[in-house]
Amino acid sequence: MLKYIAGRCLQALVVLFGITAICFAILHLTGDPAALMLPESAVQEDYQEIKSRMGFDRPMVEQFAQYMANAARLDFGSSYLQHRPAMAIVLDRLPATFELALVAFMLALIVALPVGILSATHRNTPVDYAAMSTALVGQSMPNFWLGLMLILIFSLGLDLLPTSGRLAYGIESRAATEFYFFEGLLRLDWVLFSDALKHILLPAMTAGLYSSARLTRLVRSSMLDVLSEDYVRTARAKGLSEWVVVNVHALKNASIPLVTMAGIELGLLLGGTVVTETVFAWPGIGLLTIQALQNDDFPIIQSAVFLLAFIFVGVNLVVDLMYAWLDPRIRYA
Amino acid sequence: MRESGNSRAAAPGAVRNGRATPLADAWQSLLRHKAALCGAAILAVIAAMAVFSPWLAPYDPSQQIPWEARRAPLTLFDSGRWVLLGTDHLGRDLLSRIVYASRVTLIVSFTAVVISGFIGLIVGVAAGYLGRWVDAVCMRLVDIFLAFPFELLALSIVAVTGPSLSVVVAVIALRVWVVYARVVRSATLAVKEKDFVQAAVAVGASELRVVLVHVLPNVLSPAIVIATLYVGRVILIESALSFLGVGVPASTPTWGGILGDGRSYIDTAWWIAFFPGLAILVTVLGVNLLGDWVRDYLDPRIQT
Repeated sequence: MLKYIAGRCLQALVVLFGITAICFAILHLTGDPAALMLPESAVQEDYQEIKSRMGFDRPMVEQFAQYMANAARLDFGSSYLQHRPAMAIVLDRLPATFELALVAFMLALIVALPVGILSATHRNTPVDYAAMSTALVGQSMPNFWLGLMLILIFSLGLDLLPTSGRLAYGIESRAATEFYFFEGLLRLDWVLFSDALKHILLPAMTAGLYSSARLTRLVRSSMLDVLSEDYVRTARAKGLSEWVVVNVHALKNASIPLVTMAGIELGLLLGGTVVTETVFAWPGIGLLTIQALQNDDFPIIQSAVFLLAFIFVGVNLVVDLMYAWLDPRIRYA
Repeated sequence: MRESGNSRAAAPGAVRNGRATPLADAWQSLLRHKAALCGAAILAVIAAMAVFSPWLAPYDPSQQIPWEARRAPLTLFDSGRWVLLGTDHLGRDLLSRIVYASRVTLIVSFTAVVISGFIGLIVGVAAGYLGRWVDAVCMRLVDIFLAFPFELLALSIVAVTGPSLSVVVAVIALRVWVVYARVVRSATLAVKEKDFVQAAVAVGASELRVVLVHVLPNVLSPAIVIATLYVGRVILIESALSFLGVGVPASTPTWGGILGDGRSYIDTAWWIAFFPGLAILVTVLGVNLLGDWVRDYLDPRIQT
């Protein structure tokens, strides 16, 4: 087991090294990284200064080593607009993106589990066809379009939900953390919770669209695999109610592939909220990056890419280790 | 292949040497699958739209008429201009723009899928056939590219290079080759152990010949399945990049770009955002309907 953990950690380190190398390569894509680090208005002295301070005038190998060393300290330079370390600015926005991804993920599961199970138990009936057609349409839909249509219907048309932001004005002071939705839920602060929920509902539906479609199909197919197994037949033969057979015996075993996918989906959601954050002016990393792009604030973009790739690797490492712990066959394979 | 006996009977003209030609067999199978046929029809319409845009578009897609801006669908102007889908924020005819935009979408997605397929095939076959350190290096490379948050990676590349058609294709290919590489690798691993490959090696065929003649043709069908299933996703990715303003330069109409324009006018002119999104939805749906059939037809075991 120790050997497996060590091997898997080493693999993750190699991936992180590769990610950093690619970030470095992107920076040098045009051949003049110093120009990218500076605003349009920069004068020649600034240019020379950043060139020598960041070491862009030194040999490439040396620069690469320096970049790696900086990356290990999460140092990708300072935002030229805010004059603070870029990584700190990105980290400030992490809670908003994290909360959005997590709620989107929960929403996807809330949809996928019952619909997928129903679809599998009612295979080849109108229920199944309707569910699978909906999943197919969901997978074919541009999620930013869904977001705009949701705004059109629920915000502008019915005036039920807000179009943008995370909280209504004045509510923010009730929260001690940046995780408004979960804090409201855990502290049973109804005002905070309901307002956060109102704001997060449409963005989470938009961000979770593809995940819910994919997971619904996955739940259905793994349930179908399991439902034909002997132990399900045995459970039925014992005279257990169909509800218990499906939701206890079958679902437990069908959820194994689901656990594997969960890590990947969560990682995808974390890195995939740019579009959603743009549509709903959700103040997370995605929106920050789009604004940084418009301002040519390159250190912020690099920090954001690196941080989310880092988190993705971390989440997958944890999922893999958990999986190996749950299923001993994996660590000895 | 399933029910090939039926298709032989149904298409006597296609019988050569007692066997149905693969194409005729595929066509017969397609005719039996209503959903796939719908998908094919949708794609045919979209392709026709792209090819014949100058004849199909009622107006010049870039002609700006400021005093006719943001008019609702089915408006008839005093000038005699009649707009089926309304006009955008600069008074351009929305229908004409959507018709022309089909070109970029099809070009970008087709090119990106083919290029990434090419890269993925080479990497996948190399990793699977050569094994050892080549396999290890290739698979770590795959892990690295999978770990990147795609949209942010695209943003960071476009921030450096500026938006252009070739950058969009390259950025998408950077993501999609990984999928091919994985599937082709595992297919190669399976083929490598087959008797006919072992026999070719035993009679002294060169490695290159074994790979090109014996391995490659047998890993093509999973690659084709990935290609058809990924065209839809690639269209969605391209649209998202255009929507974010980091896709094809804004002077060329794209569905995602028009949608991005419409975002600012969603409260006063919903149609600017609605119709291009509908075009994307219908196109991707068509691709997916057809793709599901291609997967079932070529290899029902492949899961994506």
